[in-house]
Amino acid sequence: MSFLEINGVRKTFGQSVAVEHFELRAERGEFVSFLGPSGCGKTTTLRMVAGFERPSAGHIRIDGVDMTDTPPNKRKIGMVFQSYALFPNMTVADNIGFGMRVAGRPRAEIRARVDEMLGLIHMPEFARRYPAQLSGGQQQRVALARALAAQPQLLLLDEPLSALDAKIRLSLRQEIRAIQRQLNITTIYVTHDQEEAMSLSDRIVVMNRGRIEQIGGPFEVYNFPQTGFVASFVGTLNVLPAEVVDAGAGRVRVDGQEIALGKPISGGAAGQRLSVAVRPEIISPNGAHGPQANQLRGSVEDVTFLGAIVRVRVRLGASAVHFDVFNNPHLAPPAHGDLVTLRFPAESCMVITEARNH
Amino acid sequence: MKRASFWPWLWLALGAAYFIIPLAATMQFSLQAKRGTLGFTAYANIFRDGNFFSSFAFSFQTAMATILISVLLIVPTAYWVQLRLPQARRLIELLTLLPFVVPAVVLVFSLARTYNGTPLTNSREGLRVLLTGAYVVLSFPYMYRSVDTGLRAINVRALTEAAQILGAGWPTILLRVILPNVLLSVLSGAFITFAIVMGEFTIASLLAQPAFGPYISLLSSSKVYEPSALAVVSFALTWASIGLIQFLSRGTPGQGQMAGPR
Ligand SMILES: Nc1ncnc2c1ncn2[C@@H]1O[C@H](COP(=O)(O)OP(=O)(O)OP(=O)(O)O)[C@@H](O)[C@H]1O
Ligand SMILES: [Mg+2]
Repeated sequence: MSFLEINGVRKTFGQSVAVEHFELRAERGEFVSFLGPSGCGKTTTLRMVAGFERPSAGHIRIDGVDMTDTPPNKRKIGMVFQSYALFPNMTVADNIGFGMRVAGRPRAEIRARVDEMLGLIHMPEFARRYPAQLSGGQQQRVALARALAAQPQLLLLDEPLSALDAKIRLSLRQEIRAIQRQLNITTIYVTHDQEEAMSLSDRIVVMNRGRIEQIGGPFEVYNFPQTGFVASFVGTLNVLPAEVVDAGAGRVRVDGQEIALGKPISGGAAGQRLSVAVRPEIISPNGAHGPQANQLRGSVEDVTFLGAIVRVRVRLGASAVHFDVFNNPHLAPPAHGDLVTLRFPAESCMVITEARNH
Repeated sequence: MKRASFWPWLWLALGAAYFIIPLAATMQFSLQAKRGTLGFTAYANIFRDGNFFSSFAFSFQTAMATILISVLLIVPTAYWVQLRLPQARRLIELLTLLPFVVPAVVLVFSLARTYNGTPLTNSREGLRVLLTGAYVVLSFPYMYRSVDTGLRAINVRALTEAAQILGAGWPTILLRVILPNVLLSVLSGAFITFAIVMGEFTIASLLAQPAFGPYISLLSSSKVYEPSALAVVSFALTWASIGLIQFLSRGTPGQGQMAGPR
């Protein structure tokens, strides 16, 4: 039996379905992210786990106990909100100790625990401050400490970093992960930022329109997307319209140039239209992939300097392909109008048919 | 840049004069009870009158009861409307206009009619309860609106959920999280309620209650200097109340952005 079990959960608001067929099992200490575009039901699912929304169908079990009808204040869950939601009338120390005071823990124990938590978030000197006297990043760290102080069995975070600026977001997410590892607490992290999900999670639940598209580790979800949605939502992707030439040999034509997919196209017939997807970082404009690699010829249309990498757009007739090269100060990047031959291995091609239906 | 600093001061002086001159004149008049000299005779007369203290105490107690009841009634109501029934807000805002629309006389007679024959109308204590009830109605618009404004300034839903997930039940949420964060609004509502009750005349006199309002009115019709002295005393009391609110609100850092102790 898994530590957290979400079984066949569904949530409707009036006529509209917010979440459907939600199935997830998470082990103790696991860090799971819900990733998906706005409105796909991430928050709704998280709020059902917290107990703020009641599932229209299905069950939620934590550590073997059915929590579906348990009110939020009886679930022993820690939660961090996007808006911090610190109590403005209480000091940092009182905020962190709130859960333990409500639970009626002895004063000395609360004090010790608050000090410990302040150390954990590296803010021991801020105990007597009020939330209004803290920066956004500091407030969110206090919110994290408050959520963890009463030793919850589960930690939920709903886009905790989205109100912060890029630098703090990066350092704070590493801090969250470090603390989570240290306490070995089962965590669900909601985000619409794929990079955040990738860098933090043991497993990612990719969601779209209230349904799970794929559950898997970052490596798996990125490299082996099971649906077109996952392929295009996670990471950047070149999607090229293609036409099947030989289904058995796995050969297709893209803008008049033939390429191999490295595997047969199941259920495909010659002349059928489909899409082929390739990650920009796989494509290289020189011979790096050897003579067997696919080749596509085109002309450079646009060059974007992104710092460590340079992203180049190449026009091939009706479609365009992006590829990335590492910045090298001693090597001029491709220039507009250059004719290039793009190479990429056959096995790196992903075939996208219709989005999988549940 | 002389002009820039001259005009604001002029307007300030004019504004201040508008308030201060009548007050000063009243004060001066109240000090002339003894012909030819300035003295506190009128004030002494007021404070010597037992009815002053008894009516003041009566209204003061009624005001406190009114404030207590309306806080207990309105804070949870406004909170619940904000949290769960946002669509009911317009209806309640409409209801808050009723005490302005319905004249006090009508209110008293309807109350007397409705509760006719019950202990509320045929005993002294009952009438006092009725009076307090009427005052709760009168103070409803002010109390509700100020509490509602206070609640809007904080993120009620997020704070409630944060407290809930930390294990708090409704009493804890209301008393330890919501109330402290709207204390300033509650206090300002309470202050207006206090002022209304202390000066209210119509309902108190129609219900034949020994309140402060009827006492002032009686005094005005029978004495010359004492009403002015009473006006000055009322002003002093009002300002003392405002000062008290300012003093109490220093301890609520959540209200002002950086108002808390460093
Ligand atoms: N209380 C509610 N009443 C009606 N519909 C709701 C309610 N809460 C959410 N929804 C709907 O459910 C769907 C999922 O919403 P949800 O907030 O879970 O999305 P999300 O994935 O968290 O999006 P975001 O990234 O924008 O936060 C949306 O279509 C939303 O409009
Ligand atoms: Mg959301």
